[in-house]
Amino acid sequence: MINILPQVLVDGLTLGFMYAVVALGYTMVYGILEIINFAHGDIFMVGAFIGTEVLLISDALGALEGMNPFVALFITLIIAMVLTGALGVGIERVAYRPLRGAPRLVPLISAIGVSFLLQDLVRFTEALARNEFYLNSPALFTGSIPLGSIATIPTKGLIVIVIAIVMMIALTLFVNKTKWGIAMRAVAQDQSTASLMTINVNKVIMLTFLIGSSLGGATGVLFAQNYGTIDPYIGFILGLKAFTAAVLGGIGNLRGAMIGGVLLGLLESLSGAFMGPLTNGAFGAEYKDVFAFSILILVLLFKPEGLFGEAVKEKV
Amino acid sequence: MALLELTNVHTYYGGIHALKGLSMTVNEGEVVTLIGSNGAGKSTTLKTICAQTRAKEGKVIFNGKDITQMRTHDIALAGIAHVPEGRRIFPKLTVRENLEMGAFSVSDKKVIEEGIERAFAYFPRLKERVSQKGGTMSGGEQQMLAIARGLMMKPKILMLDEPSMGLAPILVEQIFEIVTELNKEGMTILLVEQNANQALSVAHRGYVIQTGEIILKDDAQTLLMNPQVREAYLA
Repeated sequence: MINILPQVLVDGLTLGFMYAVVALGYTMVYGILEIINFAHGDIFMVGAFIGTEVLLISDALGALEGMNPFVALFITLIIAMVLTGALGVGIERVAYRPLRGAPRLVPLISAIGVSFLLQDLVRFTEALARNEFYLNSPALFTGSIPLGSIATIPTKGLIVIVIAIVMMIALTLFVNKTKWGIAMRAVAQDQSTASLMTINVNKVIMLTFLIGSSLGGATGVLFAQNYGTIDPYIGFILGLKAFTAAVLGGIGNLRGAMIGGVLLGLLESLSGAFMGPLTNGAFGAEYKDVFAFSILILVLLFKPEGLFGEAVKEKV
Repeated sequence: MALLELTNVHTYYGGIHALKGLSMTVNEGEVVTLIGSNGAGKSTTLKTICAQTRAKEGKVIFNGKDITQMRTHDIALAGIAHVPEGRRIFPKLTVRENLEMGAFSVSDKKVIEEGIERAFAYFPRLKERVSQKGGTMSGGEQQMLAIARGLMMKPKILMLDEPSMGLAPILVEQIFEIVTELNKEGMTILLVEQNANQALSVAHRGYVIQTGEIILKDDAQTLLMNPQVREAYLA
């Protein structure tokens, strides 16, 4: 049993880093607007479809022939990030901004509406264009790297992890070292005072959606590369888990989202692999989500603000 | 010349008629104080000037420009620094980051550094705490930071909302000294205070506000001697 551990860890990390980057989008928007952008999982899904379409179309045109797979992935990521970033900004403008100041439930319902809309728009478009809405992504990376004799890391999994880490570092630097990044934190702490500092709060909110959504879109591209097949509903369960990861880490907290995501991925992978053997088959891998969410409930029972969150006093 | 002029301003807070036709002016180079008791409309006046609550009627003219309908960040950009009631520093940003946010509109890095140096010259305590989170500082230090942050944008007018609130007498003294000093260097200041005695002793002119209306306006010295003022606010 122990000899599959390295493989399980690698799989868990791959999944966990994807949760982590998507969780960042939830936590950034929550940090500033205190709304849960339930459409974020679907922005991730749209990213997966844009990336896959870019690759499918390039492949059909023969453009991928002889192209360095890293270059191809880079271009795909950029296209998907720009488009999903714009999509996120548009959603904020149309579905959330008009509802600012409304009771908290109202934008939540609006978010769920946008979520359905995106799912069905993608399904409709794909069904129209390709007669089906399950897509198989062309695989850019097929090799794997042996890790001694104990495990093999698929190249694509390693790429997911590396790119996720690069995006997390870039975001951390942006938020801590740049003027607009600090302004983002200032707006999250006190909007009305931030506007006294000449900060255009709406611009900062747009920037938050731009960054969060493009990170989600990029993760979609990585997801399609890693798992091969996508459909318009992948955003729901992944979004839910990424949101869970954000809550686990402490919503509103960037570091919490990152660590919460990786932790959740690992938990899921470990429980999927070992729960069956450890319980003599009473609970199989199909219970992995139950296990992961039980951990979440336990954490929240004892630390309702999440692992890294601060207990917040209700604003008056 | 009038730098800031409010004419017949009416502001509502929910259903409450908070400012009832308020008019006042602040001339360039002056320290003007607005005194009154709790709930008289002092903070509302400042909030109306920077459009955090909108005037329903009347005009706010700043530097020859009608700013009544402008957005808060554009009003700040026009040169109004508002140091709000309760300091409102960003608790999870460091002292330095708080100052940098004050200079958000300044793009020249050198000017920002000079501004920070100037802030440290005024408030040496801030230099010692440069990497500390704003929320972990004492009330007096937070007030210093709030004023220093307001100065970072190089405003044409500094509006201070109850800077002495909750501070030890020695710190109150210090804050008012800084007001005088800043004014000597040419800064125009609109000072809102409950501490009427101190405020009038550093101001050139004063306005007394009661339930949303100006009931008295005069030279600060004259107001200090006014029996009505003495009884109501200096007792």
